[in-house]
Parts: sequence; C-alpha cells; structure tokens
Amino acid sequence: MQGLIEFFHGIGVASDFWAAALSILLYTLFVFGFIAIFVLIAVYLERKVSGHMQDRLGPMRVGYHGILQTLADTLKLLLKEDIIPAAADRLLFILAPFVLFLGTFMVYVVLPFGPGAIGADLNIGLFYIVAVSSLVVIGIIMAGYSSNNKWSLYGGMRAAAQIVSYEIPVGLSLLVGVMMTSTLSIVQMVQMQETGIGGVGGILGWNFIQNPFAFIAFFIYLVAGTAEANRTPFDLPEAESELVAGAFTEYSGMRWAFFFLAEYANMWIVAIVASIVFLGGWHSPFPGETFIPGTIWLFAKAFGIVFVQMWARWTFPRLRVDQLMVTCWKYLTPIAFFNIIGVGLWLVTIG
Amino acid sequence: MRQYFTNIIDAIVTTAIGFGVTFRHLFVRSVTLQYPDERWDMPERSRMRLNMDWEDCIGCFKCARACPVDCIHITTTKVPRDFDQLGETKNGTQKRLLVEQFDIDMSECMYCALCVYPCPEDCLYMTPEYEFSVYDRDELIYDFSPVPEQLKEEAYAAIEEEKRAKEEARREKQAAREAKKAREAQQAKESGEPEEENPDDSEDEEE
Repeated sequence: MQGLIEFFHGIGVASDFWAAALSILLYTLFVFGFIAIFVLIAVYLERKVSGHMQDRLGPMRVGYHGILQTLADTLKLLLKEDIIPAAADRLLFILAPFVLFLGTFMVYVVLPFGPGAIGADLNIGLFYIVAVSSLVVIGIIMAGYSSNNKWSLYGGMRAAAQIVSYEIPVGLSLLVGVMMTSTLSIVQMVQMQETGIGGVGGILGWNFIQNPFAFIAFFIYLVAGTAEANRTPFDLPEAESELVAGAFTEYSGMRWAFFFLAEYANMWIVAIVASIVFLGGWHSPFPGETFIPGTIWLFAKAFGIVFVQMWARWTFPRLRVDQLMVTCWKYLTPIAFFNIIGVGLWLVTIG
Repeated sequence: MRQYFTNIIDAIVTTAIGFGVTFRHLFVRSVTLQYPDERWDMPERSRMRLNMDWEDCIGCFKCARACPVDCIHITTTKVPRDFDQLGETKNGTQKRLLVEQFDIDMSECMYCALCVYPCPEDCLYMTPEYEFSVYDRDELIYDFSPVPEQLKEEAYAAIEEEKRAKEEARREKQAAREAKKAREAQQAKESGEPEEENPDDSEDEEE
C-alpha cells in the first residue's frame, strides 16, 4: 500500500489525499479482481475434486477439460433475471448480499498476498480479522429475515447460532498463535516464524510444529474455520436437502452470486489466516531457500488448505444441529481453552 | 469422562479413515463415459433401428404381415414376366414385383424384430443405431424405397407395352373371330340357304 502511494507521488500526484485515494481505489479493484479470479479457479477446482473423488470426471465439455465452465456459469448468472419477492422486506433484501460481502471484503485489508503486498499492516491485524468477519452473520440473518420465507428464516437462525458459536474456538485457537509470537500484526507474526527450534529456519520455524498445543490449535482452527465459512460438513445455514438453499433461497442472479463470492472469499480468508498464524506465512519450508518468491509459498499453502476444505466437503455428511453444537461447545471450545493454558505453561517453562 | 476422550479419539480416527477413502478415490480411474465422443459397444443382436435393403426385397409382404403394430407399409407393382431389369436378390431370386413404397414408421415400431425372421431374402434387419431422435414425428417414418427413376419409367413402359400387347392380341383375336363369323355367314349365303340366314344373324346380334 505504501508502495502504491509512493508510486502515485512519483507519477505526479502531489496531494497526499489524492495519492492515498487513488491507491485505495486501485487496491480495492485489485482485491475484487483477485476474489473474482480466485472464485473462478476455486469453483472449477471444487467441481474437479468432487468429480474425481466420486470417480467421475467433473466438467469436461467447455474448453479443454472444462476449464471455461465457471466462466460460462458466471455469464449465465449475469444474464439471469433478478427477482425480488413481492412480500420481501425490500431494503434489507437488497442490502443483505452487500453487507455479507462487505464483511468478507473488509478482511482483505489486512490479508497479505506476499511479503510486502498487504493493504494495511495493522498492529491488531488478527483481532481485526476476527472482529470484521463477524459482520457476515448479520448479512446472513438479514437475508434470511428479509426474504419472508420460512426456509430462509431457518437458515438465518442457524447461521447466527453456528457462526456466533464457532467464533469462540476460532478466536481461542488463533490466540495460541498470538501467544507464541506475542504480536497481533500479520507481518510481524510471519516474521517471528522465520527461525524456530535451535535457530533452524524452514518448516521448523513454523508455529504449528513448535509445540503440541499449537499443533492441536491448528486443527481446531481448520475445523472451526470451515464452520465459520459455512462449508459443507457445517453448511447448515444453506443445507440444500433440508432448507432448499437456506438463507439464500429467494435470491437469484447477481445477488445470489455475491453470496457465492463471499463464501469462496471466506474460504480464502480461512486458508490465508491458517497459513499465516500456523504455517509460517510466506516462508519457504526449506531452510535458507530464497529462490521461490514468498507469494508462491503463501499461495501454495493457502491452496493446500482450500483443497483440504474441499476434500472435507466431499468426505463428510452434514452435521445435525445438535451435533454441531456439541462439537463446538463440548469439544472444540474446552480443548481450545486447554490449549491456551498448555501453551502458556509451555512458553513459561520450555520455550 | 472416559467416554469424552474415547469420543475424541473416535472422531480423529474416523475422520482420518474418511479422508483416506476419498483421497484414494481421487486416483481411481473414473467410470465416466464421455458420451457423444465415446459410446458403449452395443451387445450383439441388440434390437434398435430397423434397416432394409431395397435391392434385395421381393415385395412378399411377409414382414408387413408379421408386424404386430402394422408399422411397415408396402406398395408393389407387378411387372411383365419378360421384364428382367429388376434384377436378382443376393440370394439369387428373380424379382417379380417393383417395390414402389417401403415405409417403416419407427415411431410405432416396438423393436420386437418379428419382421426380421420371416424375410426370405434377409433384407430386413436391426442395426446398432440407437440415436435417431428428431424434432418432428413425421421424420420417424423411414422411406426405404429409393426406386431409380429410370427403372421406374422402364418398368411402367414395360407394363404399358404388355397391356397394349394384350389389348392388341385381344382385338386381333376378336377381329379374327368376327372375320371368321363373317366368312361363315358369307359361305352360308353363297350356298343358297336363305332360311337359315336369319336365325344366324339374330344370334350374332345377341352376342
């Protein structure tokens, strides 16, 4: 971001205000484009992964091995009629997708795309992510309530219960990483993971391998993060087989596409945050290796986690509501608390 | 309390097993058949679209009679005995009938193949062709009689020729008979028996 501002100063934009404004605009457009392209790739990947896991081929007809399938689907979505139900609460109905998308989009302010490529390195970056992504639940409840449809309302209620519950294990497991690096800033957190046990770099410097508690916390974050993103073993808010499409039942065309974008953008957030807090961010797993740029490592790690999320989606059936709550409150939350105590003791005594 | 930890272990183990199963299937060869590009081989003797070789058909109507749903429509025309341009079938049978129409309505066909077995010349058979959907039902009526125009003309000419020849023969015959009668009457007149003339004449008129 600072680099962008300097670039605008360099090409003759004298005023600080305009340089900052132009940088913000450019960066926003970049992030939006990134999300759109990521969704294109992720949806294609998702369909291919699901196909091959079920011994099918997935999309094959549009382009080479169906590469242009998502593009065609996007085109179809853009051309679809935009319907607002007569009995819907019009204002909330129109606002809901944007509120939801805003919640995910705002997180990208502190989400890095590589060393130095970050919107703003806030000193409370991680806290900001956890706080802002809570906006998502408001968007889903708005969508569910304003649709004036019982399925949507059920979906909204479930989303509220689920996301509010799972925020606790998410926050607590991220706290383990924060305790180990003693910072909330994304960039510093990654820098702290450069070297680890005995001053050796590479994979040994990453947080999740430093102590057993961080290792457990990593998996708790993966599970809870998947639940936060409403991905399949935890996709109760939109459970197709029970609630038609849950909170998004009444949406069509571009409005629905925004929900879709938000879901995949959320996946990416979960993946990036997991790779930053636990997997060493943009550091290479091999000590002393500087040949491959950090961006590629970061993206590789994030895509690995995205793949694991897809893998889980096509492996496990949807949880029941009571199972969902039991998993969160009786297992993940206590274990996460135990982790905090454990990692505190570990840091005081050993590390 | 013990149950609690057992549950945790169970969850981890079953999750790992589940992940293992799906990961293995990621590398299993897919069973998808890319349909329009590749197809299953149809079994031998599978019954699909009917086909018919017009060149081998003798127009015996056996298939049309065997058909339970009457979906075969045949029209034939008899050609003169000396007209040999219809040729022979592949079994060596001389064709005697010009098969002018041979339509099979595949929208009515029920694929029983009962028409296939009675055919004496083996010219009606099921093909492995099963993709013949059309937009209009009329397009399902298959016309298997591409009678060459020249052959048709020649056959009709031959029929006309035969008809004319027959007619001529009949006329000649009649003319001969009349001539004979006239001659007889003449002879009777000449022999000088006028009384017998009248009944003879009246008999002729009655005829």
